[in-house]
Amino acid sequence: MSKLRVATCSIAGCFGCHMSLLDIDERLFELVKAVEFDRSPITDIKHCGPCDIGLVEGGVCNAENVHVLKEFRKNCRILVAMGSCAITGGIPAWRNNVDLWDCFQEVYHYGIGLENGQVPNDPELPLPFDKVHPINEVVRVDHFLPGCPPPADAIWRFLTDLAAGREPRLDYEMLHYD
Amino acid sequence: MPEQDVCDLPGIVARWHRDPANLVQILRDIQEACGTIPSDTIDRLAALLDVPRVRIESTASFYAFFRAESHGAYEILFSDNVIDRMAGKETLKQYFCERLWLEPRKLSEDGLVYVDDTADIGLADQAPALLVNGYAIPSLDQARLDLVAELIRAKKPLAEWPPMLFEVPDNVRKPGPLTGEAFAPGAALRALIARGAEATLADVDLANLRGRGGAGFKTATKWASCRKAEGESHYVVCNADEGEPGTFKDRVLLASHADLVFEGMTVCARVIGARQGLLYLRGEYRNLLEKLKSVLARRRDAGLLGQNILGEQGFDFDIEIHLGAGAYICGEESALIESLEGKPGKPRNRPPFPDRCGYRNQPTVVNNVETFASAAKIAERGGAWFAAMGTPQSAGTKLVSISGDCRRPGVYEVPFGVTVRQILIDCGAEDAHAVQVSGPSGTCISFREFDRRIAFEDLATAGAFMVFSRERDMFEVARNFTHFFAHESCGFCTPCRVGTTLLKNTMDKLAAGKGSAYDMNEMKHIMHILRGMAHCGLGHTAANPVVQTMEKFPDAYERRLKRLDFEPAFDLDGALATARLITGRDDEWAHLANE
Repeated sequence: MSKLRVATCSIAGCFGCHMSLLDIDERLFELVKAVEFDRSPITDIKHCGPCDIGLVEGGVCNAENVHVLKEFRKNCRILVAMGSCAITGGIPAWRNNVDLWDCFQEVYHYGIGLENGQVPNDPELPLPFDKVHPINEVVRVDHFLPGCPPPADAIWRFLTDLAAGREPRLDYEMLHYD
Repeated sequence: MPEQDVCDLPGIVARWHRDPANLVQILRDIQEACGTIPSDTIDRLAALLDVPRVRIESTASFYAFFRAESHGAYEILFSDNVIDRMAGKETLKQYFCERLWLEPRKLSEDGLVYVDDTADIGLADQAPALLVNGYAIPSLDQARLDLVAELIRAKKPLAEWPPMLFEVPDNVRKPGPLTGEAFAPGAALRALIARGAEATLADVDLANLRGRGGAGFKTATKWASCRKAEGESHYVVCNADEGEPGTFKDRVLLASHADLVFEGMTVCARVIGARQGLLYLRGEYRNLLEKLKSVLARRRDAGLLGQNILGEQGFDFDIEIHLGAGAYICGEESALIESLEGKPGKPRNRPPFPDRCGYRNQPTVVNNVETFASAAKIAERGGAWFAAMGTPQSAGTKLVSISGDCRRPGVYEVPFGVTVRQILIDCGAEDAHAVQVSGPSGTCISFREFDRRIAFEDLATAGAFMVFSRERDMFEVARNFTHFFAHESCGFCTPCRVGTTLLKNTMDKLAAGKGSAYDMNEMKHIMHILRGMAHCGLGHTAANPVVQTMEKFPDAYERRLKRLDFEPAFDLDGALATARLITGRDDEWAHLANE
């Protein structure tokens, strides 16, 4: 049986979900027997090719996030929103209560110790949205894996279920919403 | 506007026995006196009650009617049930705002007036309606709003406004044993004393009285269990937090049949051995408070409340009224008890149920207003009389609050087992297309199901009956309800706090013409999560309006779907516009294609 190809990324997230993925500990050895990583912080591959599973951590806070997300959606057969930020916007979405103008003014003009501040305008910098959005507001999502972060056991169960061709089922104690 | 020092804080605290358990009532009195609950008042209150500031803040920030910022001398809240909208509330609100040069949700520049929406205020039979500083004005039209605007411009104190503005007719269209028969105060208590508590409990059992709040739990079982439960003291609580949109029958019972309700509570007190009763009146029924207090005073004078009731040694019972502060969730009995104890109205874990561990962790009976009124009638006239009405499983009569597309909205007292079709004929709604039975958390039925019956074994109801004609868009009805639930979720459990908002956002997405089949499936998923994971009934039922209208009126949804696969929820390129302005960028990477 050929290995499943898995891509992962963290957009407006904190990499905490990726840390939780690594928390499956010695089961990583078992995992690499069954899957092969495409684009992921683990491989440092910059763009993904056709994959079976895409795990997306984090919400959508800027234009670059949208490009990443669309690349994942185009290439991944099954797209998974992993963790609270991908599902709801999470902690980055707290900024949704702050006006973007006020936010930039505070950071680049009026912050303590700033003089002659300027708002950076380099095209290389991802341009922020006025609000942070969950990923399912931008692309179709097949599965949601809740938690902040989802427990390692939940991620393990989820991936092994998918690898075995089963509909993923998480036990009650593996479902965390906060 | 009253100045802050008008608020006699020590006096208010003393009136409520310096008891932190009365915090909601204390905050209500402060709010009424000052117009707000200022931050420094919270500090002083914390010192007076000897509780931490956060304890007060958690309660003060929970209830919709408490606020830290001033809403001016006149706060106008338009009732925003779908029935109010159907009666032209949006247009009237806009008209009113224009007359006063106002924007909604923004205090006028002279600090005089503030206009906003609030959840249904229990006047769906007289929609549209509003609250001014907590007092209800029904049957709005341009002429009445002109008058309100003039009074506000003239800065007339509310006490001097013409009383006719605040007149709320009962609209009892079909009277029955509770609403149509004369009741001599004390009649049920005399029968109770003559027969004894145990025989009366047996009668309530024989009558097969079931809870009128919607759940239909057998009243005698609840009372018997509470009677047996051990505790330092027992309590009787009347749930008059009639918050389910479209329900207003308790308003009528309390306005015109309060003796029946108080007598039912007193009967219950004798059966379970309680000395204190509490009536939790929803904040929106503020205008009933003085009247209810005067009924209580009259009953005390007549020896029907207080020490040795009707001369019976040791039969001591009195009733205190607590006002709510705009929280739908407090209609859930354990949230109501939390609120009575001065806390945010968040439902408790059950079991233990209140019959063992309720108010102040003591055995407590919590019943609906109508249940107590029925209990009084049973005590007076006997269980067999009551059981002869209705169906074997649902004895007696039910008060139904009818509103919406019908010629005669109001309260109908019908025997259980009556068909929806019969009610529609009675109220003049021949062209009805759909009925929302028992409010947003209840059941939406289509014209195909009009032969179903109002009864616990078929359509259980707390009393709401909202009628929609063929012209109404059932999608918009459901969308209004999702906004209601998202606003009223208490926030305690994540499935409900997040789920209700996701439902609201998805319905708004569909309404904006950005819907896809994907969104329809998402809403079904959210429903499963809400049903399986939410902490209380609010979350369990919050998706009902969407799921039921989706099933019964699929056209209303299908014509809103843009594509089958997927459509982003917002304008991707448009959401970058602010950042483009701030940075002055217009390069290729500063744009996104909206495909």
